[in-house]
Amino acid sequence: MTPAPDSMNGNGNGGSFGRFWAMTVKEFIQMTRDRITLATMVMLPIMQLFLFGFAINTTPHNLPTAVLMREDSDVGRSILAALKNTDFFEIRSVVFRAEDMDALLQSGKVLFVVEIPEGFERSLRRGDSPSLLVAADATDPVAASSALGALSGIISTALENDRQVTFAEPVKPAFQIVQHRRYNPAGSSTLNIVPGLLGTILTMTLLIFTALSVTREVERGTMENLLSMPIKPLEIMLGKIAPYVLIGLVQALVIIGVGILVFRVPILGDPLSLAAATALFVLTNLSIGYTFSTIAANQLQAMQMAMMFFLPNILLSGFMFPFAGMPNWAQWIGEALPLTHYIRIVRAVMLKGASIETLAYDTLALAGLMAVAMLIAVRRFRRTLD
Amino acid sequence: MTDATMTVDAPETVIDVHHLTKSFGGRKVVDDVSMSVKKGRIHGFLGPNGSGKTTTIRMLCGLLTPDSGDGTCLGFDILTQSDRIRRRVGYMTQKFSLYQDLSIRENLEFVARVYGLPDPRGKAGAAIERLGLKGREKQLAGELSGGWKQRLALGACILPEPALLLLDEPTAGVDPKARRDFWNEIHALAADGLSVLVSTHYMDEAERCHEIAYIAYGKLLAEGTVDEVIAGTGLVTFTVSGPDVHHLQSELEDRPGIEMIAPFGTSLHVAGRDATALEEAIAPYRDRPGLTWEKGEPTLEDAFIDLMRRSEDNFK
Repeated sequence: MTPAPDSMNGNGNGGSFGRFWAMTVKEFIQMTRDRITLATMVMLPIMQLFLFGFAINTTPHNLPTAVLMREDSDVGRSILAALKNTDFFEIRSVVFRAEDMDALLQSGKVLFVVEIPEGFERSLRRGDSPSLLVAADATDPVAASSALGALSGIISTALENDRQVTFAEPVKPAFQIVQHRRYNPAGSSTLNIVPGLLGTILTMTLLIFTALSVTREVERGTMENLLSMPIKPLEIMLGKIAPYVLIGLVQALVIIGVGILVFRVPILGDPLSLAAATALFVLTNLSIGYTFSTIAANQLQAMQMAMMFFLPNILLSGFMFPFAGMPNWAQWIGEALPLTHYIRIVRAVMLKGASIETLAYDTLALAGLMAVAMLIAVRRFRRTLD
Repeated sequence: MTDATMTVDAPETVIDVHHLTKSFGGRKVVDDVSMSVKKGRIHGFLGPNGSGKTTTIRMLCGLLTPDSGDGTCLGFDILTQSDRIRRRVGYMTQKFSLYQDLSIRENLEFVARVYGLPDPRGKAGAAIERLGLKGREKQLAGELSGGWKQRLALGACILPEPALLLLDEPTAGVDPKARRDFWNEIHALAADGLSVLVSTHYMDEAERCHEIAYIAYGKLLAEGTVDEVIAGTGLVTFTVSGPDVHHLQSELEDRPGIEMIAPFGTSLHVAGRDATALEEAIAPYRDRPGLTWEKGEPTLEDAFIDLMRRSEDNFK
């Protein structure tokens, strides 16, 4: 993978490794000189983790809810009591007219209205299987759907416990679906978010570090000096990437550590598999960032390119939205993003106890993306100022 | 280098390039420049701003690819063997281009490692001592004054013991004392067999060079020793001094036979290529009271101003 044709003559001692090492030492010192950046590298993951881990929860609680009572019955009152007893819903008001219901939903004062229709109790006792109407503000579909799922459970439990209600002929459903939430029985979203966040934070910080590395030398005028020295593009690239591999691994360690200690996220699988996949993912992102740096004309452009790349990583990788729910074209884009593969690996290893051998496809995909990025970077790197 | 025992007068050529041409955005920055620099010589490279000095130097060390032309640098083809040239040439950029956020020692160690020198720490330490920077080695390069930056840059350049130094306006913005020290160092290096191509704007520096080349608007206009360049212009010069030479200048201007007038303090240099025409032109003023006329040798500055003026005419 030697890019320059006339390479190895008269290079004295140390050779290629010596020059790579020179670059690594230099980059490492420069990195430690930049205190603010260094502090950001450690603080950013912790801050993000706490923000996402505590503030963001896709199984919401205390959703503002209203009950529309079309009849005043025992059943209606038991449902109301059951809703009040869960922390899923917070009953803000009980209304008796449809217009009031609409007004509440539209103004955003409540997100749900449970409507108990006229004659509900009587139909229930007759075994007519009456409908209970739930109106949800679905502008936030995630909140709506998970709460709706919870609602049916709460109400059926409420009705079963209600001794006053006797069913004439309980209608048995033809079949029952038994749900088994594997790997995350409580459905806790922190368990999903911590592994996802590991990949997201690494992507964001590492991309930027290397995206700036070449453009910074060009802007500071040190590139001219560097190019006049006998050092090759590959040596420059590897030398610039190497110190940040260390940073990436430290960040990963911090995130996983906080994940285990604070959010009780398990590592069910092989920690070595996790470490290997993380190292590969760190290298891939650093290579991609470095590639941007060889394309961009200045640091601002490099930052913009990093952001352009970061956004689809977040949206299409399955971190924010379920991967399987995306249309095919979006899934294809997702497959070309390193975060997609890394999130799959991390979820599988941490939550499902998989090891890296069972994840060969995603591991190879990461390695492939890294190789492509490095190839482009070395080819793009100009050894002259032309 | 090991072959530093060669004498200064050895006719070996270290830079030998022909018809170098380079354009940026359709504008010819360097136009058909040929140049040769002999081993152990200090070759001055002069010319106004934007004349193509930096571009030429960059082409010599492989940082720019010439559009046309060819040649060798230290015996290596500048088009195909720039890797070998890089190893043996020390290039000092016009702008300070070491790492400002690295210390003096760290910068020197970086250079030593990139060039694959054995014992980079020892080499850096020796360079620090030679530069007289002992005790300040932990200071960041960015905190140094202009003169010290320039010394450090030169120190980094000669650390890998190159055979040829390419210095791009190394003394711009440096005080006279530091400039003198710098030139003493350059002469000491040349005496050891190092060849130097140095670009400058300063006349006194040009006169300290073994040979000079003058470039304007991308064209090489003169090359040779200082005396040769002066003689090459074929100028005959009179120096006139008196109380009101400024007024005299406007009278003399545009008279046929006078090709260059330049004020020097209380005197005026009046020059022309044709001695008889020049004498005829100044004849009416020679007996004017208060003025002292003296036939003198043209200075290097006269020569340059003349060269520049003529190239401007050509350019228009």
